[in-house]
Amino acid sequence: MSRTHVETSVNGEPAEFLCQPSETLLDALRNQLGLTGTKEGCGTGDCGACSVMLDGQLVPACLVLAPEVEGRSVETIEGIARGEKLHPLQRKFLEHAALQCGICTPGFIVAAKALLEKNPSPTEAQARYYLAGNLCRCTGYDKIIRAVLDAGAEMRGESA
Amino acid sequence: MSERKFKYVGTRPIRHDGLDKVTGRAEFGADQEMPGMLWGAILRSPHAHARIRQIDASKALAAPGVKAAVTGADMPKVPHRWMGGAEGGMDFGDVAENCLAREKALYHGHAVAAVAAATQQQAQDALALIQVDYEVLEPVLDVERALAPGAPILDPELEPMGHGALPAKPTNVATCVGFRGGDLAQGFREAEVVVERSFRTPMVHQGYIEPHACIARTGEDGKILIWCSTQGAFMVQMMSAMALGLDPNLIKVIPSEIGGGFGGKTTIYLEPVAIELSRRAGGRPVKLVMTREEVFRATGPTSGTSIRIKLGAKRDGRLVAGQARLVYEAGAYRGSPVGPGAMTVFGSYKIPHFEIEGLDVLVNKPKVAAYRAPGAPMANFAMESLMDELARELRIDPIELRLLNAVSEGCKAPYGPRYGPIGLVESLRAAKEHPHYKAPLGKNQGRGIAAGFWFNAGLQSSAVVSVNMDGSAVVRTGNPDIGGSRASMAIMAAEELGIPVERIRPMVGDTESVGYCDLTGGSRTTFATGMAVIEAARDVVRQLRERAAKIWSCSVDDVKWEDGMAIPLNAAAEKNKPLPLIALTVQMGATGGPIVGRASLTAPAAGPGFAVHLCDLEVDPETGRSEVRRYTAIQDAGKAVHPGYVEGQMQGGAAQGIGWALNEEYVWDAEGVVQNPGFLDYRMPVASDLPMVDTVIIEVANPTHPYGVRGVGETPIVPPLAAVANAMRDATGVRFEQLPLSPPAVLAALEARG
Repeated sequence: MSRTHVETSVNGEPAEFLCQPSETLLDALRNQLGLTGTKEGCGTGDCGACSVMLDGQLVPACLVLAPEVEGRSVETIEGIARGEKLHPLQRKFLEHAALQCGICTPGFIVAAKALLEKNPSPTEAQARYYLAGNLCRCTGYDKIIRAVLDAGAEMRGESA
Repeated sequence: MSERKFKYVGTRPIRHDGLDKVTGRAEFGADQEMPGMLWGAILRSPHAHARIRQIDASKALAAPGVKAAVTGADMPKVPHRWMGGAEGGMDFGDVAENCLAREKALYHGHAVAAVAAATQQQAQDALALIQVDYEVLEPVLDVERALAPGAPILDPELEPMGHGALPAKPTNVATCVGFRGGDLAQGFREAEVVVERSFRTPMVHQGYIEPHACIARTGEDGKILIWCSTQGAFMVQMMSAMALGLDPNLIKVIPSEIGGGFGGKTTIYLEPVAIELSRRAGGRPVKLVMTREEVFRATGPTSGTSIRIKLGAKRDGRLVAGQARLVYEAGAYRGSPVGPGAMTVFGSYKIPHFEIEGLDVLVNKPKVAAYRAPGAPMANFAMESLMDELARELRIDPIELRLLNAVSEGCKAPYGPRYGPIGLVESLRAAKEHPHYKAPLGKNQGRGIAAGFWFNAGLQSSAVVSVNMDGSAVVRTGNPDIGGSRASMAIMAAEELGIPVERIRPMVGDTESVGYCDLTGGSRTTFATGMAVIEAARDVVRQLRERAAKIWSCSVDDVKWEDGMAIPLNAAAEKNKPLPLIALTVQMGATGGPIVGRASLTAPAAGPGFAVHLCDLEVDPETGRSEVRRYTAIQDAGKAVHPGYVEGQMQGGAAQGIGWALNEEYVWDAEGVVQNPGFLDYRMPVASDLPMVDTVIIEVANPTHPYGVRGVGETPIVPPLAAVANAMRDATGVRFEQLPLSPPAVLAALEARG
């Protein structure tokens, strides 16, 4: 079967790969580009572990076909920190003990960043509903929600 | 002991593996690849019960890219042998057949064949070319059918195990357990009030977000390398060896980061298959990663149960008699957690006269695996629902009723031993005093309370602590870090060495880099492996004192270790100044060489952890949908090493239990085909389903641990099922005897109530 050549941008850098037409963006990121920070929990768009930004839109990478990202811009968990400086969400997840096993964490951080970009000061309920597409089985969400709200406060310049 | 002042224990440092986990760098089971790697795929039975007449994989083997195929007939027949473990026992023969079926497929999803190919797609495509000739048999889908005369028999060779009158062969009853005390008939004669009900809970899954994954590579010298996501590398080594009839020392297991387990990764599914595929593919590494559907169909779950309890009490609320019969689905092979269910069902209360009977029954569903406090949540749901009924019947406050009957130090547990210091009474009092318990309720709201406990395991652990030239230290154990245990290990080493937690690097070893450790399970890691870390760190401190004594030419008895420094005492103090750790480590070479501390131990009985949960539920009478409005978890942690992760266990366990109570269940059709093997239809709690979960950590020191630590991971899933159901009773006036309390079930009950 002939493979498709895809040129795209991943975390601000040009990237290219060959893939099957039926391959998902998730598989391409993980297997062609070696970006395994984006996780597969279900493959059906139900768990949010593979959350990435596609042209500024939050999507589950398992529901995007890899050829669809031709000429577009993808942001993954690997692109969230700026050099050695963690994003406030990453820092707050650590400070609040908002992860236990950590498999859902990349997806949560990508989704929470999208939330705070859309709505810099969400209420607890807004954060809970925005992040309802991300499953966590370890934490009961309490510390995740606190970390997200605290990161939002810090990004707004309010010290917690 | 309990008066000890701690410097690092009880603080909340950033976990050492945290950075890798928030940046996506941490490598989980599916994140590894190896040069020349092939992808494997597994063909699973479409039938819940079928005889496998023949499997022909020749067409698959001839397909493009396919390098190997394997069926059950290619695997050695492993004799049945039962062995106990951290989270219940298992039979090696069963585990091997569960990895790849032999004569029969016993559930919808049972692995029957596997292939390895150059690409994932080629492996998937090749599965369709494998021809399996099945003779479809009637499936046994519930315990009533399994126990009925003339029921289809899953395994004609099954030998019932356990106590009492065992059923005659052939039977679907795998195990019988029983406990009794006092004189049951006498107890019920003394009773002034009797309550009795039957309860059911469905089969549910652990629901870890990371599917099972492994890579296996075989070598020309017979040595085998396995990389996998597991709760125990040594367990994978031993069980894979047993399944293939190999010497365990041929197998090296490197545990990846683990994306959740909750007991579900205390066994093996993929590893022997991957090894066999690798061998047949000339030693190329083979990667197997389950899909979510495979996870639901073929791994986990825990038992569906049917439980009947009868309680007798005096008018003042004192329990005098209790009788319980627990019937647990084992799934396709022996091994439901009915044993711990029977041990825990009456374990929270003083009941002078009791009889407990438990049955482990085979049905054509996936073989159950350990799930957080295996067996206890279901038994506790039944018991604590009935305690709520008794409190209503007697018009006694439900916490007062429990306080009146609560076990405390010196009480004899129904399963034998006497309790040491435990925190049930303290937890009940904390619940009673908590503002949550006194807060007013709104319309359509109800409040439920439930207690519960888990034994916690001890078992075998090893640890190595070494100090570096720069005065930092490395801690190595063999327990995969499933929820922050590296941080706990580092905190305990810091406490002994007297250096900051950040100066310590905790790591998880593979099967060749650390002494034997039983798996991460039974809430044992912080308790038992932590104890090994403390002892290993004390071994380092002993050596550091010796080095200081050598430098000062004094007796080691004249050197004490405090706050990260060797401090001279007595005569030595006159001419010497304290030496900090780094002053000793820079000259290790001159004073006797590198310093490595080690410890290995079998930890004593761990000391049960008790908890009390409070739940406020609001029910929409029009739809039957309910929402948890407020939740408080109170638990005895003995001593919280890292309170943030203790709270996290309490909150996470509560959330999992709430899911079990409200929505989670396997749905089967009449043929035993799973109808909801995905996260869309198997409904786990999401962020918008839950409120914040308040926590109260009680600390009743556990005398078997140097700091008083108790395991905390499992206890918090024990009370929520009943706490939610009791809140539903309070909100609606309806006693639900069956979980889940999903909107259709609640709506139907409300309509029947009128």
